[in-house]
Amino acid sequence: MKVLIIDDEPLARSIVNEYLQKHPELELAQECGDGFEGLKAIQQHQPDLIFLDIQMPKITGFEMLELIDQPPSVIFTTAFDEYAIKAFEAHAVDYLLKPFNQERFDKAIAKWNEQKATSSEKSTQDLLESASQSPSQSQRIVVKNGSKIKIIPVHDVFYLEAADDYVKIHTSEGYFLKNKTMSHFEKSLDGEQFVRSHRSYIVNVQQITRIDPYEKDGHVAILRSGAKVPVSRSGYGKLKEVLGL
Amino acid sequence: MVLHYFGLPPKAATIDSAICNTLLLLACLLVMNTLRYYLPRGQQYINIFSICLFLTVVWLLLSKVLLKLTLGHYPGYNELLHYSLSIRFSIAFLLLGCVTMISILWYNQKEQVENETRKSGAEKLAKEAELFKLRQQLQPHFLFNSLNSINALIGSRPAEARKMVQQLSDFLRGTIKKEDTQWVNLQEELQYLELYLDIEKVRFGNRLATVVQIDEGALQLKLPALLLQPIVENAIKFGLYDTTGDTTIRIYATKEESNLIIRVENPFDPETSSPKQGTGFGLKSVQRRLYLLFARTDLLVTGAKENIFTTIVKIPQVADGV
Repeated sequence: MKVLIIDDEPLARSIVNEYLQKHPELELAQECGDGFEGLKAIQQHQPDLIFLDIQMPKITGFEMLELIDQPPSVIFTTAFDEYAIKAFEAHAVDYLLKPFNQERFDKAIAKWNEQKATSSEKSTQDLLESASQSPSQSQRIVVKNGSKIKIIPVHDVFYLEAADDYVKIHTSEGYFLKNKTMSHFEKSLDGEQFVRSHRSYIVNVQQITRIDPYEKDGHVAILRSGAKVPVSRSGYGKLKEVLGL
Repeated sequence: MVLHYFGLPPKAATIDSAICNTLLLLACLLVMNTLRYYLPRGQQYINIFSICLFLTVVWLLLSKVLLKLTLGHYPGYNELLHYSLSIRFSIAFLLLGCVTMISILWYNQKEQVENETRKSGAEKLAKEAELFKLRQQLQPHFLFNSLNSINALIGSRPAEARKMVQQLSDFLRGTIKKEDTQWVNLQEELQYLELYLDIEKVRFGNRLATVVQIDEGALQLKLPALLLQPIVENAIKFGLYDTTGDTTIRIYATKEESNLIIRVENPFDPETSSPKQGTGFGLKSVQRRLYLLFARTDLLVTGAKENIFTTIVKIPQVADGV
């Protein structure tokens, strides 16, 4: 079985490596110092299990997982993050709070083996869903654009549009696709700034220049970029509330 | 006393004025005492006016009765009293009115001052709680990750583990011991920062390098304790935690006129963190503290050029802090 260690501190990686010596069935494929390296290594090695830190340069551990279509099993190793811990408790295979000892490490491996045997693997999607509620996660959106990774600060987002299984994120540089649901973004983005104006649209209120009536019942929001975003009747009510009209 | 000129004997005039003035004084005290516990609000000036009027009438009747009883036997006094009633009334009403107004102003003022002290007290508490919270956000990460590094070193390099335990202990002791109000000299503060930076160097291996350049004359200059710490933490956060590859943090200190100038430079990743974000976290508390200490907002300046973020802090050398 192949494993990866993804952590930005060399000593933190070395201790996991040291604890792994007791588990000869697990072969360490690579150690990675940040999420970008991690992404590449996951594609290259297709590991069965990864040890993943949350706070890392470039992109966080959660953001990295979001970019993988079929994420492997994950055991998180982290020092302190109240939101992350909440998410782990519900959905992770296991999580190791630094510093941890060999016994605790062995227990996590045993837990993973058990879950594999009973095929009751916890869903990484659910984990990411609940981790996305943390304040640090709602400040930016990480997307994959071909082989490149793009980090979009939320204030650069004009509006979001539902598109089948994806959500189109419209920005000044065009749009990016993310494999998420509208309700995911509705929940994770700041409700004071992003309003679900329509079943298929979420709009950044700071981009709105005016709201015009449209056809008989509806409205349309005109953004600074000139884009027009449909506003349903209930969406109009929500917008009025947020804008204090 | 004026009554003396109206042909009243000095003794009678004295008694008259004594009675009138004592009663008037009592009325004034009554008004002041009432207002102490009950302050009229907003549109109740008509009430105040009527109370003054009422008190004046009561005062006049009382003094008339008393004066008649005590001084009635003086020839011509009763007529004089009768004529002077209207004058007495106006004087007393004016006086009572004035006393009432002054009391209201006085107690209002007092109440305002009290409110203000309470408000500033509450603000101070909120601020302290906020600063505490800000510090707490970084500390646990740093602490647990350092312990994790020590844990890793124990197996492979025990001597280094022991050294790091020492550094971490000294660093923590410094954080606990120092108070925000204390002034220290730059040399002490730098020794303390050195501990912090050394720990980070162990955590991140060879990735972190530091350059510290201090002018000879600046070493003994004073600065508020723990002021530099959040600035360097911020530099580490954006320069080391949020970047990959080697990082150099530079700290320069010079003396300019009567100011201590400290410049901290760190690289940052323009892709993932905008400099606007950089002024947010730890530096807001620095800005706030500088304002509270010196009542100036121009002492902390930040700037970003290419991928280098610079923080410059100016600390006036004031006599009472030294």
